[in-house]
Amino acid sequence: MKEDILHTVSLPAPEWNLKEVLRYAGCRKGDQDVESLAADCMKEAAPLLCYRACWRRYPVRKTETGTHMGFMETASETVRRNLDGCRELILFAATVGIGIDRLIARYGRISPSRALMMQAIGAERIESLCDELERMIKEETCADGLAAGRRFSPGYEDFPLESQREIFRVLDCPRQLGLSLNESLLMSPSKSVTAVLGLGGTVAQACGGKCAGCGKTDCIYRAADRF
Amino acid sequence: MNVLDYMKDHILFLDGGMGTLLQAEGLGAGEYPERWNISRPEVVKKIHQAYYDAGSNVVNTNTFGANSLKFGDEELEQIIRCAVENARAAREDSTSSGEKFIALDIGPTGKLLKPYGDLDFEDAVSVFAKTVRIGAACGVDLVFIETMNDSYETKAALLAAKENCSLPVFVSNAYGENGMLMTGASPEAMCAMLEGMGADVIGLNCSLGPQQLRPVALEYLRCSSIPVLFKPNAGLPRRENGRTVYDVSAEVFAAEVESLLRAGIRAAGGCCGTTPEYIRKLTELAGNLEPVPVTEKKVSRVSSYTHAVSFGKEPVLIGERINPTGKKRFKQALRENDIDYILDEGFAQQDEGVQILDVNVGLPEIDEPSMLESVVCELQTVLDLPLQIDTSDPEAMERALRRYNGKAMINSVNGKQESIQAVFPLVRKYGGLVVALTLDEGGIPAKAQGRVDIAKKIMAAAKEYGISEKDLIFDPLAMAVSADQNAAMVTLETVRRIREELGANTILGVSNVSFGLPVRDYITSGFFMAALENGLSAAIMNPHSFEMQKTYRTYRVLHGLDDNCAGYISFAEKVPFEQNPASAGRPAGGSPGTADTEKGISRLQSAITKGLKDQAAQVTGELLKEKEPLQIVSEEIIPALDIAGKGFEAKTVYLPQLLMSAEAAKAAFETIKSVMAGNPDNTSGIRKCPFVLATVQGDIHDIGKNIVKLLLENYGFDVRDLGKDVAPEKIVEKVIELHAPLAGLSALMTTTVGAMEKTVKELKEQAPWCRIVVGGAVLTEEYAREIGADRYASDAMETVRYAEEIYAGLEDRPESRS
Repeated sequence: MKEDILHTVSLPAPEWNLKEVLRYAGCRKGDQDVESLAADCMKEAAPLLCYRACWRRYPVRKTETGTHMGFMETASETVRRNLDGCRELILFAATVGIGIDRLIARYGRISPSRALMMQAIGAERIESLCDELERMIKEETCADGLAAGRRFSPGYEDFPLESQREIFRVLDCPRQLGLSLNESLLMSPSKSVTAVLGLGGTVAQACGGKCAGCGKTDCIYRAADRF
Repeated sequence: MNVLDYMKDHILFLDGGMGTLLQAEGLGAGEYPERWNISRPEVVKKIHQAYYDAGSNVVNTNTFGANSLKFGDEELEQIIRCAVENARAAREDSTSSGEKFIALDIGPTGKLLKPYGDLDFEDAVSVFAKTVRIGAACGVDLVFIETMNDSYETKAALLAAKENCSLPVFVSNAYGENGMLMTGASPEAMCAMLEGMGADVIGLNCSLGPQQLRPVALEYLRCSSIPVLFKPNAGLPRRENGRTVYDVSAEVFAAEVESLLRAGIRAAGGCCGTTPEYIRKLTELAGNLEPVPVTEKKVSRVSSYTHAVSFGKEPVLIGERINPTGKKRFKQALRENDIDYILDEGFAQQDEGVQILDVNVGLPEIDEPSMLESVVCELQTVLDLPLQIDTSDPEAMERALRRYNGKAMINSVNGKQESIQAVFPLVRKYGGLVVALTLDEGGIPAKAQGRVDIAKKIMAAAKEYGISEKDLIFDPLAMAVSADQNAAMVTLETVRRIREELGANTILGVSNVSFGLPVRDYITSGFFMAALENGLSAAIMNPHSFEMQKTYRTYRVLHGLDDNCAGYISFAEKVPFEQNPASAGRPAGGSPGTADTEKGISRLQSAITKGLKDQAAQVTGELLKEKEPLQIVSEEIIPALDIAGKGFEAKTVYLPQLLMSAEAAKAAFETIKSVMAGNPDNTSGIRKCPFVLATVQGDIHDIGKNIVKLLLENYGFDVRDLGKDVAPEKIVEKVIELHAPLAGLSALMTTTVGAMEKTVKELKEQAPWCRIVVGGAVLTEEYAREIGADRYASDAMETVRYAEEIYAGLEDRPESRS
C-alpha cells in the first residue's frame, strides 16, 4: 500500500444545489415563497460556513470474523459488502463548521421555518462537501488505477456507530477539525460526516444514485435513483 | 526566578513540537502520547532536553490531553507527576546556560461545550481544575493553556487555573485561515476577554505557519496590553520520500518569527512540525534581540463570543429594552418564564443596529440570579452582541458574569463603599467594563464638580483592586429636566469634564432627561445630540425610537464617521412615509376586513396562509379597532390556520410553508397579547389547557419540539416549554403543579429513548390523569406503545389534532365552565 499521512484541507464552497436544500426541508417541489425563503437563508448562512476535511488511507483485508479496515476490525456485513474486493480505503471526516448550528439554534427560538431551512441548508452543504471530497479523492486514486466506491458511514445499516470513537482517534478530529463526539456518539458541529470510501473494488459499488444502496425505501428524504 | 520577572527584560523562548517527534519515535496514530510519560520517560525527557539545549527557556510538559475525561484519577495523577519529572530531569541534564522553566501544558478537552456540545461549562472548569491542581502540586513554574479553538472552553480553562493555583498563566489560541477561532471569536475579542480575566501572557499557536499567522499576531500586538506569545506550525505537512515534512524550513521559520519579535512579540517557539533545530535557529538569530516594551493600550473594550466593541472613536448604542421597568408585557413574560419573548426583544434591537444589549430581569417576585444567568446563556446562544449585565444583586451579577462567553459590560458600580466592595472583586475576577455612577453615600451631587470628584474617587478605588482605568465608563446621571431645569446642563458639563480632565469614557441612560414631559422623544433625542457633542461615548437607549435613530445617524454623518454617508442613506430608505414625503406612496390596503375576493378569504387570513408575518401583525392591529380579540381569533386566525393545516395533511402544503403560516399567526397573536397584557381575564378565553412540552434528558435537539410548540400555541394551548435535556422529575413536577392534562415528549437519539421511557413511567405513576404524546426521529408507533405513551405523533399537526381531541373530552374546560 502507498503509505500515507493525515491530510487536512480547507476547500472552497462547493456549488449550491437549491433542489437538494428543498428536498431536505421536506418539499418535493417548492413554490415561490419557499424558494425565496431558501434563497434568503442561503445568503445569510453562506458567510458563516467553512469547508474542512481530513483523511487518511488504510489497507483493507479480510479476516476470519469480518473485515480489517486498517484502523479497526469489524464483523459488519455492510462494511464487508461495501469493501468487497477493495485493497485499500480512504477514511475521512468533514464539516461545514459550527456557524450553521448557531443559525439553527437562533431561528429555532424565533422562526421555526427559518430553522428548518437552515437545517436543510446544513444538510445540503455537508453532503455537497462530501461529494466534492469524494470527487477529489477519486481523481487522485484513479491515477493509481484504483476505482473508488461510494462513501458509507458509521450508523449506516449495521456499520456500528461505536466506530466513531476509533475514527475520531485516528483522524484526530478534535484537533484537526474542531469536531467533538458526545456521549450518544453524535458529532458537534452537527453538520459533520465521517465516512469510509473503498478503493479498487467492484464497479457496482461505484454506481447508483446517492440513496440507491439503502434498504429504507420509504424514507421521505430518499433521492431519486439515478444511474 | 519567576517567569514573569524574567520576561520583564528578556524575550522568552518557548519549545517546539512534541507530537511529531513522538511519532518519529514510534508513537502510533490514535495512541495517547501522555502515556509515554510513564512507559517511555527516556524518550520524553530526551525531547525536552533537546529543546532546553537548543535555547528554549520554557518546555511544556507532555500533558496536552491529560485530563479527567480521558484518564481515570489515578492514572491522571501518575501521568502528570511523571511528565513534570521528565521535564525536571531534562532541565537538570541540559547543558545550556539560559534560564529554564517548566510549564504545565493544558490542551482542549476535545469536547465541545453546551449548548452546541454536551459538556457543561462548570464541568469543563472542574476538568481543568483537576489537572491544574495536580500540576501545581508537582511544582511547575507556570500554566500554559494552548491550542484552544473555542473561546468558552478557553474561559473555563483560564478560570480553573486562576481558581486553583497562583502560578502565572499563559493562554494561547489556535486560529483558522480566516483569522478567527473555530467557534468564531476574533483576536480582538479574545484579547479583551483574556486580559480582563487576568491572564499573564496571551497569544496564538498551531494551525498554520508563521507567515499565514502574521496578521493575527499583529492584531494581538495592536490590542493587548500584556505580553504576547507566538508558537506557529512549521507550515503544512506533506509526504516526501516516505517521510512527513513540513513546508517551512527552520531557517525561514526563524526569520519569520524573528521579524515578529522585532514587532513586539515577547515569547516565541513553535508547534506542529517544529523541532529543536527550529528553536536553535531561532535563538541563534534572535537570542540577543532587545525586547520591545509592552505598552498599555487605553482602549475600552467589551466582547461577545465573536467580536469586540470598542469605545471612544464612535458613539456606541446600547439597547435598553430588555428591562421590565414600566412594561406589563415584559413582566408577564418574566413571571411565565417566557424566555422567547425576551429573546425577541434582543433580536428586534439587534435589527435596529444597537451594538450592545443591556440585560435587566429584576422583578421582586422572581429568582433574579437564576433568571439572569439563564437569560444571559440563552441570549448568547442565539445572538452575537456583547451584553451589559444590569443588576444590583451581586449574586445575580456573579452568576451571569461567570457564564458569559466574553468580556461583559457591567451595570453598575457607584461611589458607595458597599457597592465598590461588592462589584470590583467581580470585575477583577471575570473581567468587564463597568459602568460607574457618579453618586455615593451623599447622594447625587447637584454640581458637576461633585460628580467629577466621585468619578476620581471611583478611579482610585479601582486602581487598588488592580482594575485598569480603561475598564471604567462613567455615568454622570441624566436627571429629569422637568423637575430641575438645570439638570441637563449639569450632566452635560460632567460628560465634558470627565472626558477632558480624566480622559475617561462616559455613558448615559439618556431617556431619564425627558421624564414627566409630553412627546418625550423630542427632548431625549435633543439631549442625546448635545451629549454627543460634549463627548459622550455611549448611550443606553430605545433603538425603536425614530427620533433617537435620526439623531444618531445624523451625528455620524456630521462628524465624518459615516463613509460616503452610506449608513445614513440606508437608514433614510427605511424612513416611514409620514416622515419622508419623498418616498413613493405606500399601498393603500383598504380596510382590514376587506375580503380577498379571489380566494374568498379575508386580508388577515390571506396574510396568514401566505406566511406574511409583518402584514399579519399590522392587519390584526387594524382589526382590533373594529373587533373583539376573541372574535379575531375564532373568525380569522383559527380558520386560516386550518386552511394551512389541512393543506399540510393533504400534502399540498409542505412543512416550511406550514411553519411560515404558523409564524404569521403567531405575529397576529402577539399583537393581540400586547393589547391584552396585564389583563389576565381576557386571555382565559383564548388559552386552552396547559400542555407541558420537553425534549427528554440527554437530548439536545429541539427543532421538532419547537415546531410542535409553535403550532400548539397557535391553536390556543397554554404551552409550557421546559426546553431540552430535561430531567424526568422536572417534567413530572410541572405536570403536577399545573394539573396538566397533556404532556409532549421529544427524543431524536436512540440513546435518549431510555430517558423518555423513564419519564413516561414516572408520569403514569405520579400524574395518571395526564395524556402523553411522543415524537421524534427514532420513535415509531410500536415503540411508543411499548414504552407506555398514549399516542405517537409523526408530525406536529398530528400532535395538535390529538391535543384538540383530548381537550374536547375534558370536563372542566374554560368554555364548559362558563
